[in-house]
Amino acid sequence: MALRHLMSPLDLSVAETEKLLDLANDMEQHKEQYAHICDGKRLATLFYEPSTRTRLSFEAAMMNLGGKCLGFPSSDVSSVSKGESVADTIRVVSCYADICAMRHPKEGAPLVASMKSSIPIINAGDGGHQHPTQTLTDMLTIRNLKGRLDHLKIGLCGDLKFGRTVHSLIASLSRYEGIEFVLISPEELRLPGYVTAGMRKKGISYQEVVQLGAETMKDLDILYMTRVQKERFFNEEDYIRMKDFYILDKEKLDSAPKDMYVLHPLPRVNEIAVDVDQDPRAQYFTQVQNGVYVRMALILTLLDLEGK
Amino acid sequence: MSEAVTKHVEEGTLNIGALHEGFVLDHIKAGMAQTIYRYLHLGRLDCQVAIIKNATSHKMGRKDIIKVECPIDYLDFDVLGFIDDNITVDVIKDNKVIEKKKLTLPHRVVNVIKCKNPRCITSIEHGLDQIFELTDPENKTYRCKYCETKWDGTFMHWVAYK
Repeated sequence: MALRHLMSPLDLSVAETEKLLDLANDMEQHKEQYAHICDGKRLATLFYEPSTRTRLSFEAAMMNLGGKCLGFPSSDVSSVSKGESVADTIRVVSCYADICAMRHPKEGAPLVASMKSSIPIINAGDGGHQHPTQTLTDMLTIRNLKGRLDHLKIGLCGDLKFGRTVHSLIASLSRYEGIEFVLISPEELRLPGYVTAGMRKKGISYQEVVQLGAETMKDLDILYMTRVQKERFFNEEDYIRMKDFYILDKEKLDSAPKDMYVLHPLPRVNEIAVDVDQDPRAQYFTQVQNGVYVRMALILTLLDLEGK
Repeated sequence: MSEAVTKHVEEGTLNIGALHEGFVLDHIKAGMAQTIYRYLHLGRLDCQVAIIKNATSHKMGRKDIIKVECPIDYLDFDVLGFIDDNITVDVIKDNKVIEKKKLTLPHRVVNVIKCKNPRCITSIEHGLDQIFELTDPENKTYRCKYCETKWDGTFMHWVAYK
């Protein structure tokens, strides 16, 4: 198989995405069958900005497959602090590992790596740009909860301007029929114009609202909450003004439909109150578990070990 | 660079000497000639270049024209098409127009414009090629290959010499 990378969820066709999600579900059902499929393989996790959750998820995924992991958890402890370029780093790492997951605060850094790499590169998040494995995780969770990825009304709430998970999820779900979006954000954090323009071009139905209330949630299948990310703001004052704009608590959730599930890419700050966690509609920790299966499926697919 | 221009002002018209081999770039938006001069690196050429600014045009009101005496394989038509695909190009050989080139929007341009997104990897790794790709031909939208930031349509004084 030709060398393949994953930079954006759209790098996978709808059929390939479905196949990957099927594989992830199969892995959940038959963990022991996959426990040694990556024996002798190594995953490099190159995290130029800290992200405990995503890094551990990748490492857990590789270990579940019998493989080993190496890498660095932040740029402070790598040669980056000496000024090494991404291109040079990946050329070196290609000699040590079979596959690489890269997170970088600068947008497009994993793409630069993929242009120079001899091993598959997975974009584990590049600035405010893309985070494809989160999107695949979200899609697996939605499909498992609702039984489908088409004909859904999805509410996206919070930082829609810088929230890469939101942009990627919209792009991916827009390939399915009958998808509607309700975009819930403060004026300053609205979805960028090019994203809404793309939705209009594809004939995707959407509405933009500011309030998160019973009226907004009444027909939703999924409410996807996001955190206002401090690291995306150049100005601290703007961040402080925006950070607690939305808080989903038990009282608010009581007014929502009984079959509306709440997702969140995590970590959360204040946008979902802890008292929501006990509600069966709160599915963000299921998402975390699904993230491991999706990453297992992806590693297997990119290493071309699927079905072996 | 030599910019010897033969000018004859006769009854309010400006004439430039005929080309033996080269190009006439016509219907350039008034004021854009200097930008094109820079982006096509015409300053590097050791040959005659004539820039006519604010010429009268029935179609455009005012326009710029550039005449270049150079080998006919010198010009980068991708760059020219990127700047303005409405420019008309006459290719001259042996004092005759041998071709009228139709410009098109190039699929990608490399080291022509620069990404202004401070979050883009190109903002810290300066050795990378600046690559922009055409994502919406209808609206002439180019996006940075790395971060997908839309080109804002402005040309800069900065021009890469790679």
